[in-house]
Amino acid sequence: MAKYVVKRLVLMLFTLFVITTICFMLIRILPRELPTDKVLQQVILDRWEALGYNEPLLTQYWIYLRNIFTELDFGTSWYISFRTPALDVLTSRILPTVMVNLGSLLVAIPIGLLTGCFAAIKKNSWIDSCISTLVIVFISVPSYVYAFLVQYFLYFKLDLIPVTVYSLADAGGSWFTWKMLYSMIGPIIALSFGEIAGLCRFTRAELTETLTSDYMLLARTKGLTRAQATIRHALKNAMVPILPMIIGSFISIMSGSMIIEKIFAIPGVGQLYIMSINLFDYDIFMLDTIFYTFIGLLGGIVTDLSYGFIDPRIRMGER
Amino acid sequence: MNNEYKHIPAEKFAFVNEGEKLTDKQFDDKPIGYFKDAWIRFRKNKASVIATVIIVCIILFAFLAPLFETRYDHRFMDTYYSKKGPRSLALYDLGVNGSMDRDFSEKGLIMALAVGIGAEDWDDHDATLAEGLESKYQPMLEIGEGIVTLDALKKEKTTYPGKVDTYLEVGFLYRSIEQSEYQKIVDFQEETGIQVLYPLVENNEYTPDPNNANYWYKMIKNQPVVTDANGDWDYIYYSDLQEGVALEDNYKRDADGNIKYYEYTGGGTAETAQYKIRVLYYNYYQYLNGFEPSYLFGTDSQGYDLMLRLAGAIQLSLFVAVCVCCINFVIGALYGSTEGYYGGVIDLTMERISDILAGVPFIVVATLFQIHLAAKVGAIPSLLFAFVLTGWIGTASRVRTQFYRFKNQEFVMAARTLGASDTRIIWKHIFPNSLGTIITSVALAIPSVIFSESMLSYLGIVKLGTADQTSVGTLLSDASGIWTNYPHLMIVPAITISLLMICFNLFGNGLRDAFNPSLRGVED
Repeated sequence: MAKYVVKRLVLMLFTLFVITTICFMLIRILPRELPTDKVLQQVILDRWEALGYNEPLLTQYWIYLRNIFTELDFGTSWYISFRTPALDVLTSRILPTVMVNLGSLLVAIPIGLLTGCFAAIKKNSWIDSCISTLVIVFISVPSYVYAFLVQYFLYFKLDLIPVTVYSLADAGGSWFTWKMLYSMIGPIIALSFGEIAGLCRFTRAELTETLTSDYMLLARTKGLTRAQATIRHALKNAMVPILPMIIGSFISIMSGSMIIEKIFAIPGVGQLYIMSINLFDYDIFMLDTIFYTFIGLLGGIVTDLSYGFIDPRIRMGER
Repeated sequence: MNNEYKHIPAEKFAFVNEGEKLTDKQFDDKPIGYFKDAWIRFRKNKASVIATVIIVCIILFAFLAPLFETRYDHRFMDTYYSKKGPRSLALYDLGVNGSMDRDFSEKGLIMALAVGIGAEDWDDHDATLAEGLESKYQPMLEIGEGIVTLDALKKEKTTYPGKVDTYLEVGFLYRSIEQSEYQKIVDFQEETGIQVLYPLVENNEYTPDPNNANYWYKMIKNQPVVTDANGDWDYIYYSDLQEGVALEDNYKRDADGNIKYYEYTGGGTAETAQYKIRVLYYNYYQYLNGFEPSYLFGTDSQGYDLMLRLAGAIQLSLFVAVCVCCINFVIGALYGSTEGYYGGVIDLTMERISDILAGVPFIVVATLFQIHLAAKVGAIPSLLFAFVLTGWIGTASRVRTQFYRFKNQEFVMAARTLGASDTRIIWKHIFPNSLGTIITSVALAIPSVIFSESMLSYLGIVKLGTADQTSVGTLLSDASGIWTNYPHLMIVPAITISLLMICFNLFGNGLRDAFNPSLRGVED
């Protein structure tokens, strides 16, 4: 097991390294935009010279890697937040993204699991076909359409929620105020639809499979009621693939949804990415790229490994 | 042993069925092949069939709408009629009239009503409200009872809920034209009886904004007034208008008191002399284009016909989706079959490569391709490149799994024993077995490509909105700030993309169930 974990981690770091290298080369050769202000222009040019931006590409990459490993320095933001370390800019934006996505996940998990179980137990009844049809619809409709629906009905028609998430100053200077949470209801609902539907579909598929397996027949034969057999045997076994998926989605909440962040004006990681492209803030763009890649790879590994932790019968890395 | 049959002469022998051909008996029923079997199963899946029909309808719409709209093409735009709601002359009485429910203040209501009154008052006969309400050009379709509320300063304020035709509401505009053009308009008026030219308005103390051609009646502080010969004036209100008091016009007149329809503003010769005129835009539009404004889906935020823009956007989405799926199909099949068939080191190396590619977030790929390539090869090709770079990985891994399943089976062994080459074994013997899986995965990739394309263009990472072409995402992002006031800008593209996504998903699910019945109901 430990050997397998190490192997996966090494492979992940290798993949991350290759992707980082390619992206670094592609981003550094982009033309850089300078501000029109002459003084500021000179300041930035001097800083770039000092930071080695005019060296050959490979030397630049060496400096970049050295700075990361020695000082955890991922470069500097020049436009979004002048001369702030890129890492600080990114970390200050993780929290809002995590809050919104965590909220939607916390809403989605119970509802998704319950509806999925319900559909599986009532398989082939009208309830099941209702849920399945809704699931297809909810999975297919793009998340921004939900965002518009939420804004239209809850804000425009009923005036229950604010149209966008409050800024930090409006909500009293902290992310953890009731006012802030209240303003986050909109994006949380908009994000939840798709997640509920995805989880429901997965749960239904897994549970129907376990419900029809042989050990269920045995459990019924030895005298368990249907409810007992379902909860003790079918549900437990169905959870083996479901739980890793949920754990994996907890990792990916950090990357968030760009489109929802744009619509609801959430100052999160996704918005930062869009801003960095529009403002040509390439160090931020580079860091955001590494961040997204890392989260994606980590999510995959955690999902795979959690199979082994949840179900000891699954031996990782054996052929 | 009986020896009697020992020497039978050859001529005693005869073929049992001489003159007939010896063949196997023909089957009475037709054989059902893999694809026929899948087709039969697909037909039974009602949801998928309905979804397919809807997809076909949307495709037909996308390609036929530009053909049926003969009056103009997708480049036709009119900035004054931008963001207008759906309006159709044939369905006008059914409510497709470009109308909008809105609350009017008293001044706003009079201003809207004045458009209709002014439209009847072209010959300066002091048209009344009743006449204005009858007018074809009256923008107010319905006026509700006034509701009295108190405003912030505790002053009484009356608001009138009303329904207004947003096309007619544009009302009058000033135009600057050449003298020859003026003559053409006059000819057009005589020929068709449609009044385009309206009297110019005097720029004096009675007009709050000399550039707004809708202020043709005398006003003080935005409130209509009547004046008498001494120069004294008195406010009039909506209730006065209802009682038959006419708005007092503020037309420009010459020394003899005749109203002026044009004014010389400069320019040299008779041909190039510039005239300032005041037109009723609804009729001026008819003069310019030869038809009344009617857009079945309304107009978009720039003034293009939303229906044609949407048809173009669907065409673009489908084009991108189909291109990406075809390319991914080819690359995925080649890559996956090579990996799966040869296995070993080749498999390991190729898996690593696809692992690395799969690790790059799609949005980063799309962004980098846009920044690096869009200027050289255009936005759409670089978008295609981005989709293709990572899109084939899923297909390839499915093909690889299928190859692992089949490559050691007896029929492959038999083919190899008979001396078939690797290429023949791959393409003739193993590949057809994985065709069903690939088709399914390709069909299920279509909705995700459509979604990604709309997302990228919504976020502005890919810029697809030009005069010729637009995408659903661009339409939505153009609408994003203003759609609460103009809901059709959002509703029409949002419904279209939702329908496309739902139907392609259902279609893909149906294909999967048809090709692989053991997977029925199991979602991956």
